[in-house]
Amino acid sequence: MIRAVGLRRTFKVGKETVEAVRDVGFDVAAGELLALLGPNGAGKSTTLRMLTTLLPPTAGSVHIAGFDAAREPGRVREVIGYVGQKSASGENHRIRDELVTQGRCFGLSAQKARHRADEVLDILGIGDLATRVPGTLSGGQRRRVDIALGLIHHPRVLFLDEPTTGLDPHSRAALWDRIQLLRREHGITILLTTHYLDEADRMADRIVIVDRGRVIADGTAGALKADLAGDLMHITTSDTDAARAAADLAGGMPGVSRVTAEGRTVNVRIADADTALPACLRLLDRAALTVTRADVRRPSLDDVFINLTGHRLGESGDAYATVPTDEPIGDTHA
Amino acid sequence: MPSLVRSTATVFSREIAPELRSPVGVVLAMGQPLLFLVLFGSMLAGTGANPGAGTEDVWQWFVPGILVMMCLMGPLSAGHSMLGELNGGQMERFLVTPISRTALVLGRAAKDAVTLFAQATLITVIAIPLGMDLHLPGALATMMLLVVLAVGLSALSCVLAIASRPGGNLFWIVTQALVFPLMLLSGILLPVDAGPGWLSTVAAINPVTYVVDAARALFAGDFLNSSVLHGLTAAVALAATGLVLSTRAMKRGI
Repeated sequence: MIRAVGLRRTFKVGKETVEAVRDVGFDVAAGELLALLGPNGAGKSTTLRMLTTLLPPTAGSVHIAGFDAAREPGRVREVIGYVGQKSASGENHRIRDELVTQGRCFGLSAQKARHRADEVLDILGIGDLATRVPGTLSGGQRRRVDIALGLIHHPRVLFLDEPTTGLDPHSRAALWDRIQLLRREHGITILLTTHYLDEADRMADRIVIVDRGRVIADGTAGALKADLAGDLMHITTSDTDAARAAADLAGGMPGVSRVTAEGRTVNVRIADADTALPACLRLLDRAALTVTRADVRRPSLDDVFINLTGHRLGESGDAYATVPTDEPIGDTHA
Repeated sequence: MPSLVRSTATVFSREIAPELRSPVGVVLAMGQPLLFLVLFGSMLAGTGANPGAGTEDVWQWFVPGILVMMCLMGPLSAGHSMLGELNGGQMERFLVTPISRTALVLGRAAKDAVTLFAQATLITVIAIPLGMDLHLPGALATMMLLVVLAVGLSALSCVLAIASRPGGNLFWIVTQALVFPLMLLSGILLPVDAGPGWLSTVAAINPVTYVVDAARALFAGDFLNSSVLHGLTAAVALAATGLVLSTRAMKRGI
């Protein structure tokens, strides 16, 4: 449904050329929900603007539902809905008027546009806001209005740029309910950008991680975690000597990617820790090492992100330097 | 894809709706031209000057100038609202629909032209009790000319708004720096002929001068005056340039 190949976009800032997007490419299947994940300035919004015909790419190509965005932007615009980061409804305009206008922009007759405006108001549960102006709405309500505007023409593909940024947890959850409803009932293909790791993890079928204008990972949340982070066995021994000995033994196990000992604890990054842990404990028992505590931790997307970039992704979407990557990554969020 | 006329009507009705809901703003925007009309105009009439070659009535000479002045103040700053919508997310939301890019400008310009038409009618009506002889067909023809000028200035203002994103400083600097020279150098307040020769030369390259001359001829009912053709040409050229440039700017990506 969406095919982006070798997207690149540069901007001139004064005399300097800034590469906002260097090399971004991916495919999105019909009905899929893909999250474009990355810190602020990674090139997510620029990518989205190229996908939605708002910005011509410096290089690369975009096809939406089979149409070339450079050659047939009109056809692409007919099948896509776009919800940008900023508020889409005019400050002096009533919500329902804006929806009708939007429908007219897609060529609906006045009557059909009015009918459809009421429908999308209903889908997003904001019928009671129809005659209000945006200035009187809450952040969550405004976001719903923006999405309603993007849905007016029954798009087959919906692009959402940071749909939940700045919303309180309750509004975020409510908005997600609506997005999931859209997928279930209308089978819309959705591509959204976010810097909320938990959101991408729970909601997206697939995640594409971008950093500094490049795609650095592409897969399901589960696959990314298994491939790029692995589970973590967290073992506490009786003393530091025992911990060092335990680290040596555990390091010899199959599937281990990294072992570190720190004080009395040992962290072992390993594939499928559920079956590895009993084997590991037997191994340590045979060596007469006393284990006082052992547990398994699932990797988070946070771990994946840190592993890939060496940065962690803050709540505000800014990437910031963290512990060196050779330290036990599972502990960085403890 | 909807036709250009329909798309323009869509944009026009969106833009005009808030003005219709509270028309006070349209009247308030007339403050400055009204001051010039009532205060400056009365003084000018009081001096007994006869600046208009061909017409005896100083009001018939002065009022069309004030109408052009309204064009410079209203439509020329129309880009202001577009700048707001470019920096907000509203313009983006329209650009992602298949609607014609020309219609996005033309619809806004049409709203400015209609607003101007209403304001110009009011000014003309107010001028009658001040002592102006009204030549109705002439006045209507003048309005038509001004509507073309308004479309041109509104479209050029949008080009400027697009060029001055995101800060908008460029927009303010250019419009503020343009309005008064354009006004003084087109003989709106006093005849250009009264100044030295170099001033006439500068005025001759100012397209607004031709529109002002044409407006005066039309307003007095002198339809066959050669300045009418010149003024109309200048206004149409401004409108065409504005529409071409603004459409191109929007197609280039915002």
